[in-house]
Amino acid sequence: MTEFLQFVYQGVVLGAVYALIALGFVIVYKSSEVINFAHGELVLLGGSFVFLWRNQIGLPFAVALLLAIVIMAGVGLGIERVVLRRMVGRPVFAIVMITLGLAIVIRQIVTSVWGFADRHIDDPFGATVYDVGALSVTAASIWTLVATGLVLLGFFIFFRSSKSGVAMRAAAFDQEAALSLGISVRRMTAISWAIAGATATVAGVFIATFPKSLSPTVGFVALRAFPAAILGGLDSPGGAVIGGLAIGLIEVLTQAYQPSWLGNSFHVVAPYAVMVVVLMIRPYGLFGTREVERV
Amino acid sequence: MNALTSRRPETLHTSYAQSVSIFPTRGAKIGMALLAVVVVVLPFTLTDFWLAVINFAAIASIGAIGLNLLTGFTGQVSLGHAFFIGLGAYTAGYLGGNHGLPFVVWLPAAGILGGIVGLIVGPFALRLKGLYLAIVTLGLVFLGEHLFLNLRDVTGGPQGRSIPAPEVGGISFNAIGTFSRDQSFYLLAIPMLVLMALIAKNIVRSRTGRAFQAIRDREIAASIIGVNLFRYKVAAFVISSAYAAIGGAMLGSYLRFAAPSQFDLFLSIQYVAMIIIGGIGTVFGAILGAFFIALVPRLVEEFSDRLPFVATTATAEGITVFELNQIIFGALIIVFLVAEPYGCAGLWRRAKSYFKTWPFSY
Repeated sequence: MTEFLQFVYQGVVLGAVYALIALGFVIVYKSSEVINFAHGELVLLGGSFVFLWRNQIGLPFAVALLLAIVIMAGVGLGIERVVLRRMVGRPVFAIVMITLGLAIVIRQIVTSVWGFADRHIDDPFGATVYDVGALSVTAASIWTLVATGLVLLGFFIFFRSSKSGVAMRAAAFDQEAALSLGISVRRMTAISWAIAGATATVAGVFIATFPKSLSPTVGFVALRAFPAAILGGLDSPGGAVIGGLAIGLIEVLTQAYQPSWLGNSFHVVAPYAVMVVVLMIRPYGLFGTREVERV
Repeated sequence: MNALTSRRPETLHTSYAQSVSIFPTRGAKIGMALLAVVVVVLPFTLTDFWLAVINFAAIASIGAIGLNLLTGFTGQVSLGHAFFIGLGAYTAGYLGGNHGLPFVVWLPAAGILGGIVGLIVGPFALRLKGLYLAIVTLGLVFLGEHLFLNLRDVTGGPQGRSIPAPEVGGISFNAIGTFSRDQSFYLLAIPMLVLMALIAKNIVRSRTGRAFQAIRDREIAASIIGVNLFRYKVAAFVISSAYAAIGGAMLGSYLRFAAPSQFDLFLSIQYVAMIIIGGIGTVFGAILGAFFIALVPRLVEEFSDRLPFVATTATAEGITVFELNQIIFGALIIVFLVAEPYGCAGLWRRAKSYFKTWPFSY
């Protein structure tokens, strides 16, 4: 039982990071109907920027993180402005491919600057392990839960209550109606990309905390948050959080208890298997809106 | 869904027979004849290095034509092509290697098995449209890689397995007479490509092909004029999977080897890139794209030592050739999609109409 609870805790921690990444997918999709397959690489790039400012330049961790967040918000804005704005009204297929192309370019830029080696961001969380009841809890995991929780909370307050947040929701709900009310849909799309870049940076730090580290494979790990976004429904931020936690739990529990007939390291593909099954039963995810086609 | 392509008729057709003919103009016929001459001369004039590029491109063309039938003609986006290519390669290895069956059995068998698996997967995947189809086929690639890694009896696990060379009636296309390996395989790859391209061309101009294009242009309109959406979408998926599996079997028997890491998401992206760069919704475009994607990395390798920022040794500063290739590849996808959505075929068409209407071009 203790062992099981330990795995559940690990699953929740991993799920919190997945939730943060899935939120990035959802924000961008909601505002511009673009599935950003480069989001995993944004997570990698964000983490690498923190590494740059913290380890290579030697700034304090908080400053390094803030700087990286600002830069990554800028990167998000830049991608939207330079590439994706030109793709408005083009077939979905073209947009999927363009983000896949971006993913390849960003990953190679990261590897050519920082190489393939594992990098440890010199974070203040340390490798301390506390005993909470029968569970052993790392300091890093507590920080992960607190930080992702705060970022998610901040986002939902912004999205529900602030003027920009309400405008974003309006723009996502009906672009023409929003335009007629004087909301700049373009600006809202730009803001959503900036938020995606910023949250990707935070996710990039926490996906690489002790005992894990930053390497180019982080892009693929982050892509596993993609089933989370699908599970919750691509246009539902709340769904992204639930989907993220579910996928995190599924991954850790499969890793712990996988029967041998599923083959080695089935947990790596378990999120995708769940995603395929969910799509078969509920094609628009658990909390997504059904698309209605008018003749 | 919006039309992926809207093609302007380039020539005036005066009969239906002319409109659906494979080579509609005299220019196209002459062009093909010239190309045929070049194709015959090439193996005797090029070095093995360039013949290998052509062989890879010809093999990739087969898969790309298949993907273009599904994506370019029917409008269904699939990122799962790598899975079917892997399936073909392992079928070739298993039937040809483990059971010692001849080439004329395992190549069609690979295609048939690809089609059958496509028939099993297709109905599930095709319940979904547009983006969601791309997503579920993305899942297929990851699950497929997992299968390839774990079905050790068939695939040899992570280390991969060997695949026999193609052999027909005692002639091995790995060594014919005094020909080198690449020269010999060329004699198989090019006829196979021509055969598969002609089959595709005939599918496209038949009733089935027109149904595919009707679905691509507007699903609802197609179903109103009596196209059975489900049946034709599944048919496109099955045909495309069979093409991919045949291409995979050819690839495996050329490399004589297959490992699960070859059949990852990146391979799928490469195939989609081929049809984007070559031209969506044309058979010839898929071939052009495959040659383009096969050629660019070799050219970069050839000329990389002249570029100052590229590291030629493992210890030198600068980006590696591999990284440069990947960046160019990603950038090509982006540039083509932003600037020339109809790919090389579109560039060609534009150039042609420019000179045709000269001096009144605009």
